Amino acid sequence: MSTLEIKNLHASVDTPEGTKQILKGVNLTINSGETHAIMGPNGSGKSTLAYAIAGHPKYDITEGSVFLDGEDVLEMSVDERAKAGLFLAMQYPVEVPGVSVSNFLRTAKTAIDGEAPKLRTWVKEVKGSMEDLRMDASFAERNVNEGFSGGEKKRHEILQMELLSPKIAVLDETDSGLDVDALRIVSEGVNRVKENTGLGVMLITHYTRILRYIKPDFVHVFVNGQVAEEGGPELAERLEAEGYDRYLVEA
Amino acid sequence: MTVTDHSRATADTAHSHGLGTPTPDASRADRPTSFEVSDFTVPGGREEEWRFSPLKDIKPMLADEATSGHLEWDVPELPAGVTLTDIDVAAARERSVRAPGDRASAVAAAHSGGARVLTIAPNTVLDEPLQISVTGTGQDVRGHLLVEAGESSEATVIFERKGTATYSEFVSVDLAQNAGLNLVLLQLWDADAVHAGEIVARLGRDSRLRGSVVTLGGKSVRLNTSAAFAGEGARVDLFGLYFADSGQHQEHQLFVDHAVPRCTSRVTYKGALAGKTARTVWIGDVLIRKEAEETDTYELNRNLVLTDGARADSVPNLEIETGEIAGAGHASATGRFDDEQMFYLRSRGISEAEARKLVVRGFFADLVQEIGVASVEQSLMKAIELELEHVNEELAETEA
Ligand SMILES: Nc1ncnc2c1ncn2[C@@H]1O[C@H](COP(=O)(O)OP(=O)(O)O)[C@@H](O)[C@H]1O
Ligand SMILES: [Mg+2]
Repeated sequence: MSTLEIKNLHASVDTPEGTKQILKGVNLTINSGETHAIMGPNGSGKSTLAYAIAGHPKYDITEGSVFLDGEDVLEMSVDERAKAGLFLAMQYPVEVPGVSVSNFLRTAKTAIDGEAPKLRTWVKEVKGSMEDLRMDASFAERNVNEGFSGGEKKRHEILQMELLSPKIAVLDETDSGLDVDALRIVSEGVNRVKENTGLGVMLITHYTRILRYIKPDFVHVFVNGQVAEEGGPELAERLEAEGYDRYLVEA
Repeated sequence: MTVTDHSRATADTAHSHGLGTPTPDASRADRPTSFEVSDFTVPGGREEEWRFSPLKDIKPMLADEATSGHLEWDVPELPAGVTLTDIDVAAARERSVRAPGDRASAVAAAHSGGARVLTIAPNTVLDEPLQISVTGTGQDVRGHLLVEAGESSEATVIFERKGTATYSEFVSVDLAQNAGLNLVLLQLWDADAVHAGEIVARLGRDSRLRGSVVTLGGKSVRLNTSAAFAGEGARVDLFGLYFADSGQHQEHQLFVDHAVPRCTSRVTYKGALAGKTARTVWIGDVLIRKEAEETDTYELNRNLVLTDGARADSVPNLEIETGEIAGAGHASATGRFDDEQMFYLRSRGISEAEARKLVVRGFFADLVQEIGVASVEQSLMKAIELELEHVNEELAETEA
């Protein structure tokens, strides 16, 4: 049983025009097995929240705390956070020329576990995961994210999540830009990992559509760097009907 | 915290296009060549071909006088059809594919004390790469080397240079009709070596040259490679890989002369730089003469700047005198180490040092494969790892 505890988190970024405050006091607690949907309009700071948790060097944490099972996440380097059990599926996964998917996955797995995986079981595991995500075997030999379609990139993120078995995963708009078939495949992947490992999920999304495939336990409406309203799945339905306008007027 | 945030890439500052912009030489073809040292003035540093060069290091190689030094040659038993012979300076002049193109190589040829000729007899096919090592023992050395690949021969020849020396050389590479030669020059010098070389290749009809240059060691290395087509249907592939640390100057100049129709050239050079005073220069000239119809050429230089302060210059230059070409292009890019790549890898648990290795290995991977000699590939990947260990140590120190 793991808990990610975010308290009063403030984050800013340096821009040519000066320091810009993006997160303005985020409070959120995610336990193993729970799925929290974070829903908000573009530019509200959802990706910044994801990056701040993962430790992207661009964002300065100016106030607040993040703890994973009592350990201070903000004190950890980026790779230490991953080793502690955090995973970020990125909205825009990065290309790494000349590094094959299989090499990348093996290197990451070795780093997370502190030892190289047993070759035979590992190969089987990778193959099984790729089949489940309807990724062709040839994928393994391609360079990381190079020339991948949008859907391929997102499937590749979920593949990593499955193979690295984190405690808590932040999925940043994993659904955006996917057609319904791809969305279903990716959602099945997330649900499978949840079932198998008791993963806690922070599901960042702009659209309600993914919530038909991944059922959230909690919904948080995110506006202007803060959680503006919280509730159960019914809140998502309301958002689907009304959109974010109500919050934007208030903000 | 990454320390690569502020690394400076001198990306396109020195990127000049030959088309439209006049180069200081009216045409690359106008550069003089001669065996007479006195035909070249001592460069002052403003000349187009010397303006990036570390003249202070190269100065001893510009003096028109003999030296007594030599390199130690380690030659394996030569296979049938291959000979290595010594000839005198006069004979070497006669047999070289052309005269030297700058003062340093004119001095090297004049004061070599005689040249070595590696000859591959016509129709000889070598199944195994032939590796010759030369080692410097701290001396001042002038050298002249000839490689002659006979008609329809097929060979891979590796020259490994190590130890230390102040070494200048003139290398003539002659491919007869339909010859295939894979020539690899490895600069694995000790840290204080200074090396200036001119390599001139002539490609006969239907011949194929793969010329690879790998520069990792040495204080200053300046290699000037020219390939000229003498017969139709020939192809040259010039590959280069370099990795400069602090205190190293690595300069690679290239000239591909398309003087006859229907030839193909590819130039692919990639370099990594690490350390405040690491310095690399790449100048790639391609000339497509009026007669050279249906030429197909492409040259590429990419530089990866790993740390603050390192500087890479990249100057591609394409001169086209005929409209009847099959294809001509060039690309030059200098980028600093990508923080987003680092973040992505590290967010998967991969340490900073390991992530840097992955990215740099990835940067060089396709090029190392292109060199096409298994033994070289392996030792190269190892050498790159070693370079990266240094970088990681250095960065760890600056971070601490
Ligand atoms: N690195 C950055 N530099 C400058 N502004 C940024 C940076 N990252 C985010 N922002 C700004 O912060 C706000 C929130 O961005 P983001 O977290 O990406 O929102 P969301 O993911 O909800 O669309 C936006 O106005 C965006 O322009
Ligand atoms: Mg976003």
